[in-house]
Amino acid sequence: MSSETKQILTTDGIPLEVSLKKAEKKNKIKAFLLVAPLLFFLIITYVFPIGDMLFRSVDDKMVTQMLPKTFKAMENWDGQELPDEEVFAAFHEDFIKLVVDKREGKLSTQLNYTKNGFKSIIKKLRRASKKFEEGNYKEQIMAVHKRWADVEYWRAIQRRAPEFTGQKYLKGMDMYVNEEGKIVSVEEDRRIHRVLWLRTLEIAFFVTVFCFLMAYPIAHLLATLPMKYSNLLMICVLLPFWTSLLVRTASWMILLQQQGIVNDFFVGIGLVADDNRPEMMYNKTGSYVAMTQILLPFMVLPLYSVMKTISPSLMRAGKSLGGTPFVAFWKVYFPLTIPGIGAGCLLVFILAIGYYITPALVGGASGTLISNQIAFHMKSTLDWSFASAMGLMLLSGVLVIYWLYNKIVGIDNIKLG
Amino acid sequence: MALPKYTEPHYRIWHYIYLTICAAVFFFLIAPLFVIFPLSFNAEEFLSFSDGMKRLDPDAFSLRWYKDMIYGTKNPWGLAAKNSFIIAIFATIGSVILGTVAALGLSSRHMPYKGLIMAVLISPMIVPLIISGVAIFFFMAKAGLAATHTGIVLAHIILGTPFVVITVTATLSGFDHSVTRAAASLGSDPVNTFMKITLPLILPGVISGGLFAFVTSFDEVVVVLFLAGLENTTIPIQMWTGLREQLSPTILAVATCLIILSTLILVTAELLRRRSERLRGINR
Repeated sequence: MSSETKQILTTDGIPLEVSLKKAEKKNKIKAFLLVAPLLFFLIITYVFPIGDMLFRSVDDKMVTQMLPKTFKAMENWDGQELPDEEVFAAFHEDFIKLVVDKREGKLSTQLNYTKNGFKSIIKKLRRASKKFEEGNYKEQIMAVHKRWADVEYWRAIQRRAPEFTGQKYLKGMDMYVNEEGKIVSVEEDRRIHRVLWLRTLEIAFFVTVFCFLMAYPIAHLLATLPMKYSNLLMICVLLPFWTSLLVRTASWMILLQQQGIVNDFFVGIGLVADDNRPEMMYNKTGSYVAMTQILLPFMVLPLYSVMKTISPSLMRAGKSLGGTPFVAFWKVYFPLTIPGIGAGCLLVFILAIGYYITPALVGGASGTLISNQIAFHMKSTLDWSFASAMGLMLLSGVLVIYWLYNKIVGIDNIKLG
Repeated sequence: MALPKYTEPHYRIWHYIYLTICAAVFFFLIAPLFVIFPLSFNAEEFLSFSDGMKRLDPDAFSLRWYKDMIYGTKNPWGLAAKNSFIIAIFATIGSVILGTVAALGLSSRHMPYKGLIMAVLISPMIVPLIISGVAIFFFMAKAGLAATHTGIVLAHIILGTPFVVITVTATLSGFDHSVTRAAASLGSDPVNTFMKITLPLILPGVISGGLFAFVTSFDEVVVVLFLAGLENTTIPIQMWTGLREQLSPTILAVATCLIILSTLILVTAELLRRRSERLRGINR
């Protein structure tokens, strides 16, 4: 009751509360309208395409649409023995249609992903099918090649019936669904992707550690030196930061080559023999050295900006209370720099985990990372759904790292520049 | 960093070790860039210092590779440079306009779902480039923009806007909103207020965001590799192919030019940063 009587009205006679809410809403819309162009631009050109990647990575409609009648006929097949004439006839009908459209090549590529050996027998079938007589397709197809009489290959075709599949994700982890429908790993010597994932993690981890070890002292020096000196030294950090990635990679290629300056130096001081110059490029060493130097500024800058805010009197206080400089550093200074360490490590690790250009140029075969594999499938094998699947696996890894970081350090504690 | 006189010897030694470590790290950071410089003037075809160069013999140095860069027929550096500049300039303009306007909205205290929207806006900076490359390629291929300048410019706008959003929001965080209210009370309309009051004040942030966007576009190779056709070749693509196939000194001549360009950008960015700090009254 009393609140109604006390209600304040504006000059227009509208309750003030309502009027304020209206104004607030107007302001909200105004703010949103300013953000809207960029937001919608990014949603259309960037967020949706990432969703599209998700769709592509599980999409398996291609074969489903190429062999509709076959899969329909296969519904009654138990997969134990060779399918009966009905399936063969349906397959023949689908196949002839594909040959007319000149799409049987695509089918063979697709089926070959599921089981090796389809390419040649589909080629043979195309040639033989021209002379096929009507009726009894089972006999005729089986006569083309002995694999067509092998139940394994028909099961492989059947496995492509669903419209969606998680196969590409399994393949990214070197696993597959075997004949009994169980998920198993591929043979030991063919586990290329696991090796790549582990190597990517290993290189990203060590590059982060190296960057941290090198950045901490110089960030400290930059933060404690008087302005006029530190500004000068800051250029040493900022110039590489602003310089083209390819230029910096090129300089490492010159430095690390066998007749390069680093090797010349080692020979000069007698560390290695002239005829026994070590390979420092086209292997892991190359990736480590070049990536550490290239990513170092990303560690220095956040560390510097945090250290800049720590008052030097804190260290003095620590020492005056009886701590040795080391104790004062470890108990007072170091804990205060943790937000900077967190930000720097997160940044470097995430940049390193998705690195592509530098490993491709200086890494050789043993220094390439998962990104190189993604690019390879995008550009060379054109297996885009597999590239999408691996890209999304990488992305979810990155998101997990962010999430962990947010739990442990808190994303708000990140300080950049 | 002079040590006080009473420092004990082992701390003194530790201090010098620390300084040596720092010097070594700075050397590691900056020295690789300076290797390119002299080698680009090499008169010979090798990528190491010839004996003549070590003796500082004038005959061992030449502008041969710079001439090759400009007049050489093998590498279309001219076309690449033209494309790179056109793409980078348009991408910068696009990023700056979209990013600044969005930053204005984001800094308003009325903005709903600020955290979520900010996360979407800066996501292209967080997501590994290779994934952005794949996603953007899928979009451009569907939209029929693959292998066009427009497609690459749009891709670079996507990658460049986060930098503009971040730098401009940072500048706006120290912005005194009473000046815009003062302008409004004096009868200025919002557009006029923005052009005459807000923009001049946040200009350093806008320009440094623009510089970031420019460099991002000018240096970008991962996404361009997916998108570009022969006609759209850029400097980074030419360098990438050159480095993959055969390291020729011409690349070093190009690299030298790029280092000079990045020095210029660095100086501009630093001057702007200091000006911005002065304008915002942050004195250190």
